[in-house]
Amino acid sequence: MLSAAPLLFGDDGVELDSGATAWMLTSTALVLLMIPGLAMFYGGLVRTKNVLGTMMHSFTAMGIMSVLWVICGYSMCFGPNVFGGWFGWNPEYVLLSGIDTSIMSEGVPEYVFSMFQGKFAIITPALIAGAFAERIKFKGYCIFIALWGLLVYNPLCHWVWAGDGFLYNLGSNGAIDFAGGTVVHISAGVSGLVAALYLGARRGYPSDDMSPSNLVMTMIGAGLLWVGWFGFNAGSSITSGLSTAQALTVTQVAAAAGALSWIVIEGIHQGKATALGFVSGILAGLVAITPAAGVVQPGGALVLGVAASLICYYAIILKNKLGYDDSLDAFGIHGVGGIVGAVLLTFFIRDSWMEEAAAAAGGSWNVMQQLGVQVVAVLIAIAYAAIVTIILLWILNKTMGLRPTAQNEMKGLDNVYHGERGYGMLNPN
Amino acid sequence: MKLITAIIRESQLDQVREALMDADITRITVSRVSGHGQQIREEIYRGRQIVPNLTPKIRLDIAVNDEFVDPTCKTIIEAAKTNGGTVGDGKIFITNLEDCIRIRTEERGGKAI
Repeated sequence: MLSAAPLLFGDDGVELDSGATAWMLTSTALVLLMIPGLAMFYGGLVRTKNVLGTMMHSFTAMGIMSVLWVICGYSMCFGPNVFGGWFGWNPEYVLLSGIDTSIMSEGVPEYVFSMFQGKFAIITPALIAGAFAERIKFKGYCIFIALWGLLVYNPLCHWVWAGDGFLYNLGSNGAIDFAGGTVVHISAGVSGLVAALYLGARRGYPSDDMSPSNLVMTMIGAGLLWVGWFGFNAGSSITSGLSTAQALTVTQVAAAAGALSWIVIEGIHQGKATALGFVSGILAGLVAITPAAGVVQPGGALVLGVAASLICYYAIILKNKLGYDDSLDAFGIHGVGGIVGAVLLTFFIRDSWMEEAAAAAGGSWNVMQQLGVQVVAVLIAIAYAAIVTIILLWILNKTMGLRPTAQNEMKGLDNVYHGERGYGMLNPN
Repeated sequence: MKLITAIIRESQLDQVREALMDADITRITVSRVSGHGQQIREEIYRGRQIVPNLTPKIRLDIAVNDEFVDPTCKTIIEAAKTNGGTVGDGKIFITNLEDCIRIRTEERGGKAI
């Protein structure tokens, strides 16, 4: 019995909460599941010659971002302010060396929290890949996401989620971003838009047919994303209790409302409800509820899901009119959906949160004041992600080049960068 | 009327298709095939060199009127050659075509092509 005691208490005597820890372990695994889900979602949407290259964009993020996270990412995100709060730094978090026996005040081992947060650092750059799918060099992509993770994701994550981050402390009770509307979806979506504009359209876009190679795989991927999102949102409560249940419920509601409204809009507009439309709606709803999952109730989640689908649907139509090539709509769904969620959530915040905010402000705090805070946070995320992304792209393009040659683009990423083929079953040998 | 059957590299499909479009030859059938030729293709599988016994190729079938045979073949050859001509670039077979019927109108012969 005595020998078991140190395992239940951290260095500072905090008691381990096994229920919360169990749920956080599960959530960590669920968020990781979203990355193969994203690989399948994106992989099914590209042409046969690019399917492996596109799936590798997600999978290599698991390698690159995990390694960087352990080396310095966790420290940059959750260490105390350095350089005037640009990012954080805590030498004890380097290689996670100082958290071997630490249990956080939530009763969860810090290893679990660190790994849970690390999964967000993986999926965010992987989301960007949808914007420049089918037309980026593999090596250039790898270096890009490594630098993007260090210079865009880590600072943003620090600002929004670290206790001393300036967006965390904006207004009376902080800018609301429960599970990553600004940090994950807006930053990835906007960076994707910038990259799509900078790299230019795929060869032959928009005149050539570039329809998806395998929508079945896309649907399986969307299913995995929906399941994984319960870890993403409900896990972001960093506990296993009431707030977890609230986040889980609104996640389901928004995803369903988004999916349903997308096929209704599409049915009215184009006469057919497509499978791709349904899964796009799932994602739009999930993205919009991500920042809001901690503060809205199911009624608000319904509205957010419907609004996200409606606005994302028209954003994609607008994209086609403007003619830029955001190949898999990383901006159209994640950027736009994230903005919709982060701004509109203001009108559906539950009363108890507003009362807390009022108390923190020393009297009163109204919806319009919070709306101001949300808009400021969104604008800062957009501006920061866009500026740093364009600088990174410019430097990489001048030094190592990011676009494959026209020849290689025609051959396809699978053959050129991986020497493999995705759909071998079509051949007898 | 002739039937032109071209076997080309998979990686050249886009070039050939676009070149044919530019030359106003738009009625083509494309299929995935595999077979043996002179080409010996080595692949790396788990660090080991292997020689797959069938090489995947693309087959184009194009039915043309006689005056289109030469321009079609020329276009295909130009677009399908890699590095000025490499083993494995493919072949073109030209066969006589007895007749051709457009199903919609039941037209026959050259005007149905």
